[in-house]
Amino acid sequence: MSLLSPQVGDIPLPDPGPISAPYWQGCREGVLRFQRCLDCGAPTHTPALLCAACASMNLEWVDSSGRGEIYSWTRVWRPVTPAFVTPYVPIIVTMDEGWSILSNLVGCEDVAVAIGQLVEVEFHHSGGPDDIWLPYFHPKG
Amino acid sequence: MAIVAAAFGGARNEVGHPFRDVAIVGVFNTKQARVLEGYDSQSIALEAALGAIADAGLEPRDIDGVVGGIASNFLYQSRIGPAWRSMSPLGIPAVIEGAMAIACGLANTVLIATGEAGSYRQHASTAPWTRPTNEFVAAYGMFTAAEFALMARRHMHMYGTTPESMAHVAATIRNNGHVNPQAVYFGRGPFTADDVLNSRMVADPFHLLDCAMTSEGGTALVLTHADRAGDLAKTPVHLLGGGTDHYGPSYQHPPVWDLGGVRRPDLIAGHVGRRAAEEAFASAGLGPSDVDVCEFYDPFSFELIRQFEAYGFCAEGEGGDYVMSGVIEPGGRHPITTDGGTMSFSHGGASVQLFQRVIRGVQQLRGECVSSQVANAEVAMCTGGGAGALFTDVLLLGKDRP
Repeated sequence: MSLLSPQVGDIPLPDPGPISAPYWQGCREGVLRFQRCLDCGAPTHTPALLCAACASMNLEWVDSSGRGEIYSWTRVWRPVTPAFVTPYVPIIVTMDEGWSILSNLVGCEDVAVAIGQLVEVEFHHSGGPDDIWLPYFHPKG
Repeated sequence: MAIVAAAFGGARNEVGHPFRDVAIVGVFNTKQARVLEGYDSQSIALEAALGAIADAGLEPRDIDGVVGGIASNFLYQSRIGPAWRSMSPLGIPAVIEGAMAIACGLANTVLIATGEAGSYRQHASTAPWTRPTNEFVAAYGMFTAAEFALMARRHMHMYGTTPESMAHVAATIRNNGHVNPQAVYFGRGPFTADDVLNSRMVADPFHLLDCAMTSEGGTALVLTHADRAGDLAKTPVHLLGGGTDHYGPSYQHPPVWDLGGVRRPDLIAGHVGRRAAEEAFASAGLGPSDVDVCEFYDPFSFELIRQFEAYGFCAEGEGGDYVMSGVIEPGGRHPITTDGGTMSFSHGGASVQLFQRVIRGVQQLRGECVSSQVANAEVAMCTGGGAGALFTDVLLLGKDRP
């Protein structure tokens, strides 16, 4: 067993673009944001120009509760680059607002992961030229 | 295929099958190896191109269409321009596009060639084609094994699919490579499911032996007009049907099993390839029970279980039991990936292996495989892609002109 933590090595960091900049600014402010359609109300992630449900371009940025549940997971032992400490646990989280996000599980033993586990976002200061704060998720409840 | 179907669909009875006038007449794999000393991607692809042309009994000057960026280099070096050219690089869609060019009269004889060597030498990281950079995945250590594992884990949760059934798939494919003298891992077995389960974990539930290898090599095909095919060196092989299902760019968004589309909410990413297979079977007038050889793409063991469900060989959730029922082995009703696939034959770079299911399907229908030849094979189903990559392509090959 090993305690899962945010990666602190020289990992590839996001290079925010004009569409995703509000998302990464939210992370800097400690808020997980997603896009919601002003026409039909559907949530969208990853940051997009079109609503995933109705193709409207009328999207607004909304603060998420930051909570959700694990939809799927894997535990990686062969790191993608040597900068990553293993094991690490990629997860897909279904957020309470109904959108999906890819992240890593932290704050628990690697063997504790399970589909349906309730999780909550936390932010880790990864730095880099764009001052990135990466969202990770830890068990909640 | 969708374009062809739209163009021909309403009047198919009058004009006949869209690929009636097309035949695959040349196929060639160069030597495949973990490392090909003395080659680069251009030189190994050119060797493949010349091999496929010779296999067809043709000369370079007979080519008047090329597919792929590397095939274009052949075009210049052999001075056969002007010729029709496509940039399509990735496996079955490129074959379909070459066939469309012939069917539409844009070219008479099309060369499709690719190869890769020398691009992966620093093995501390996973292969470059397994780790596209993207701001929403790269920081989380994602690569292809993790992407496909997220799909497999969801299937295990929903249906109770076991690592043992996945390991059985991997052992079966690796044993096909073990007896294939042309495979990179020839003679490295035989393997049992326990050998797979006892290999080191890569991305849970995938052990090392559940995963594709990395290697180098070249591959090529030649297609020509069916009226000419009978005069050439080898038995022509025909395209009975094909289809491509894509949901978006690979490895940039969460690989969600239930990802659906607004146009067809019933067709989720977990079943990607279903629509393509339905179109292919409809064009061919065939169904899964007619397939003699399943040259299914095998990036990871679970993907075979998923494909049998997606294409309608078995019901959703029953793929694990299906692969354990004796159908996928040599001598079974639907033998899989008979040269050893990407696990044991070769994964020659970013695109080579996406053509090699088609190459093997042609070799099976010709009856020329040096190992694991399926007796009297009439119909081969060749595939590429997978759920973790959000696309799957399907091609049905047969011996009879459609």
